[in-house]
Amino acid sequence: MENRNWLLKVEGLTKIYGEPGKNTLHHTGPLYHTNQCPETGAIVACADINFTLYPGEVLGIVGESGSGKSTVVKLLYFDFEATSGNAWLNEYNHGKTNLLNESNQRKRYLRHHKMGMVYQNPRDGLNFEFSSGGNIAEKLLMAGNFHVGNIRKRASGLLTATEVPVARMDDTPLSFSGGMQQRVQISKAIANNPPLLFLDEVTTGLDVSVQAKVLDMIRRLQQELNIAMIVVSHDLSVIRMLTDRTIVMKDGRIVEKGLTDQILQDPQNTYTQLLVSSLL
Amino acid sequence: MTFALKIKNLSKSFVMHILNDKKINALFDLNFEINKCEIVGLTGKSGSGKSTLIKCIYRTYLTTSGQIIYNSEKFGEIDLVTADDNEVLTLRRSEITYCSQFLKVIPRVSAVDVVGESLVVRGSSWEFARERSREYLSQLGLAEELWDAYPSTFSGGEQQRINVARAIIAKPNFLLIDEPTASLDQKTKDVVIDMIVQLKQEGTSVLCISHDQYTIEKMTDRVIELKEGKIVSVPII
Repeated sequence: MENRNWLLKVEGLTKIYGEPGKNTLHHTGPLYHTNQCPETGAIVACADINFTLYPGEVLGIVGESGSGKSTVVKLLYFDFEATSGNAWLNEYNHGKTNLLNESNQRKRYLRHHKMGMVYQNPRDGLNFEFSSGGNIAEKLLMAGNFHVGNIRKRASGLLTATEVPVARMDDTPLSFSGGMQQRVQISKAIANNPPLLFLDEVTTGLDVSVQAKVLDMIRRLQQELNIAMIVVSHDLSVIRMLTDRTIVMKDGRIVEKGLTDQILQDPQNTYTQLLVSSLL
Repeated sequence: MTFALKIKNLSKSFVMHILNDKKINALFDLNFEINKCEIVGLTGKSGSGKSTLIKCIYRTYLTTSGQIIYNSEKFGEIDLVTADDNEVLTLRRSEITYCSQFLKVIPRVSAVDVVGESLVVRGSSWEFARERSREYLSQLGLAEELWDAYPSTFSGGEQQRINVARAIIAKPNFLLIDEPTASLDQKTKDVVIDMIVQLKQEGTSVLCISHDQYTIEKMTDRVIELKEGKIVSVPII
């Protein structure tokens, strides 16, 4: 089935902090209930992560804090450098080049043209010294759009789509509510119509009605733009609402993957069963 | 006659690790076939494994052993037990529909959109999907003032109409349906039965769980009865 048109392929993605020894990977992970190497003290944030994402598909990554789920998307968005592993994007050099080995300049190109990222904390994704329109403009400029009129038009279109009042386009996100900041961040992330969007705990910390609005909006944008997403969340209801497939992580490793309804209704792994049974 | 689905030696057990690896055996060595354009009824007492079987076919449950050979338009003969997740998702979007016993939908989506969504995932425009959706809701007798409301606030019978409309509007190749006529009045029951028989005439194969004798007699071509996870009889109606 190699010929099916995948979008992103990830193989053996690994991130280790500190000095790994030769047994580091063998003595960490869910079997040992730790991600710290007992010999060298190195921390295995994630290891041996493999998956394929198809165009327009929504993949969930669920797990407790410290399980390595955010690390996976941050490695793919080049926020951190991977220790080892491969990632290929079908739309980049026909999927033949390992993105993780590219130069910083090429990584910046990939980030600005092919990917979007929405962080849990809007401060990580937005510059609070710029206006909200300016933040979106930054992303558009990076991708080579220099026409001010077009940029303003695109920015106001995006803010409308994400239900941020266009009248406040020239205000800085500092004066916005948490939900509004998050929506500006989403506008910025999708500004260049990337085929791939990463969402890292985007509704964590928002109150329930705001959370509902942001989730509804993400669902609507996903349907309208048919954008592939990787949704990282510790919240199974977010995973259930947004994703088709789910990866479950524990101590830096994938312990189970499957269709989201299967993970929720017939979990196989001990940890997944505990996680699902903890759902209120 | 060409087959739509072939079940071979299917067994399913659940292992609950958090209950000291307690094992529950749900289905034992099932073997049967469903032909194209056939409506097969699935009966048996609660706990006999009817829903488990349907969920195994839909991959909501992972089959423990055996084969589920589905005759797909897109992939040809494919074993749903070993097909990869993406193949199953593709089939769910284009060929196989599962209608559970109770409506489970995303909150804050209107009745019209809940039903229309089934067409949109198959490539229709929202405009066309909403129009068709209104036709189905009208045929099923859902009060017009409810069309733009959220189904989570509806009565059991109203939710059931949405549930059925959502499953059959897309005219799937294969329909798995759990108690389609439960909590419906006689008139609506007949509408639902007619709709499903109509689907069959247009080429759909159906596996339908029902406890309702009237539905079974009026709608199905034959019945498979489960007892404690085994097939007890395959009488021809």
